[in-house]
Amino acid sequence: MSFIEWMRQPWPWYVAGPLIGLTVPALLILGNKSFGVSSSLRHVCAACMPANIPFFKYDWKKEVWNLFFAGGILFGGMITAFFLSSPDPVVVDPKLATELAGYGVTNTQGLVPKDLFNWENLLSLKGIILMIGGGFLVGFGTRYAGGCTSGHAIMGISTLQLPSLIATCCFMIGGFFFANIIIPLILKL
Amino acid sequence: MSTVTKAFKKTDLNTDFEVRTQHSMCVNQSALDKPLLSNFKFAVAGALFGIILVKSEVISWFRIQEMFRLQSFHMYGVIGSAIVVGIISVFIIKKFKIRSIDGEPIYFESKKLNKGQIYGGLLFGFGWALTGACPGPLFAQIGTGSTVIIVTLFSAIMGTWVYGYFRENLPH
Repeated sequence: MSFIEWMRQPWPWYVAGPLIGLTVPALLILGNKSFGVSSSLRHVCAACMPANIPFFKYDWKKEVWNLFFAGGILFGGMITAFFLSSPDPVVVDPKLATELAGYGVTNTQGLVPKDLFNWENLLSLKGIILMIGGGFLVGFGTRYAGGCTSGHAIMGISTLQLPSLIATCCFMIGGFFFANIIIPLILKL
Repeated sequence: MSTVTKAFKKTDLNTDFEVRTQHSMCVNQSALDKPLLSNFKFAVAGALFGIILVKSEVISWFRIQEMFRLQSFHMYGVIGSAIVVGIISVFIIKKFKIRSIDGEPIYFESKKLNKGQIYGGLLFGFGWALTGACPGPLFAQIGTGSTVIIVTLFSAIMGTWVYGYFRENLPH
């Protein structure tokens, strides 16, 4: 097996998790930056539409590293798609696959379910809730909570901060509730 | 070394800092003024992070559903081991007083407890389950060619803006 073939396989958690953890010291040592992504959304607001809102009136140029980081993530996605993508379909838990098939979600090729997240679906009720509503909650919720999975769950807990532990527990409670109770109702629409 | 000390003194006068930190992680701790292109290294770090996110399928909607339905250990393993490595790294940095490559002491900001972490946390949890993505993965998903996620990202930016607009009226 060549190196590239080996890289193309999905990476197990015990490889990916520690590498993600190393992002914390990497950013601190590269320039005293706290790991986190959701603030990039705030900086875009501050740069493009501050609208005299105090929360967006700050010198976003001082935070521009965060936009470079976010742009880098997008580029990393492109590199992976072009050079490192796995030819095999994503392995989905059989129970989940059966249930999703019942809602007409049968295509598990790729990381985003193409049966739900596509341009044709964008203006259907299901599409509006999943793509537009979901995105809105991600942006609103992360800023209200003061961080996302990277800023709270990883950076915050790594520095042993109680607020981050509380926030992470709430992320999980919210997710459990929606994934088990609400999303099945939405997928039935 | 003297330029570094000069740069630290500047923080005393920096009133902008307080506004920037309001309920915000990811705030720039460095007091040094650096040229724009020096940020290129963060784009490289972002690209590596993006590759990890995609290859570990952390950005997969299916993996997120499995996590919240307790159908797979994968996501717990990824986040759990990331936290363990993060805790050890931060401990080492503090213990040996490791400095950044610019020679600055590394600074950790403490977060203030408020109700936002509960209400906002729950709302983000709803969104995470719906989209199968937190902010980082949104960028990565777009990069892998799911162009429709551009709409989701735009919607997330609007969500952040609406939070900023109503911030004073929300319980914190």
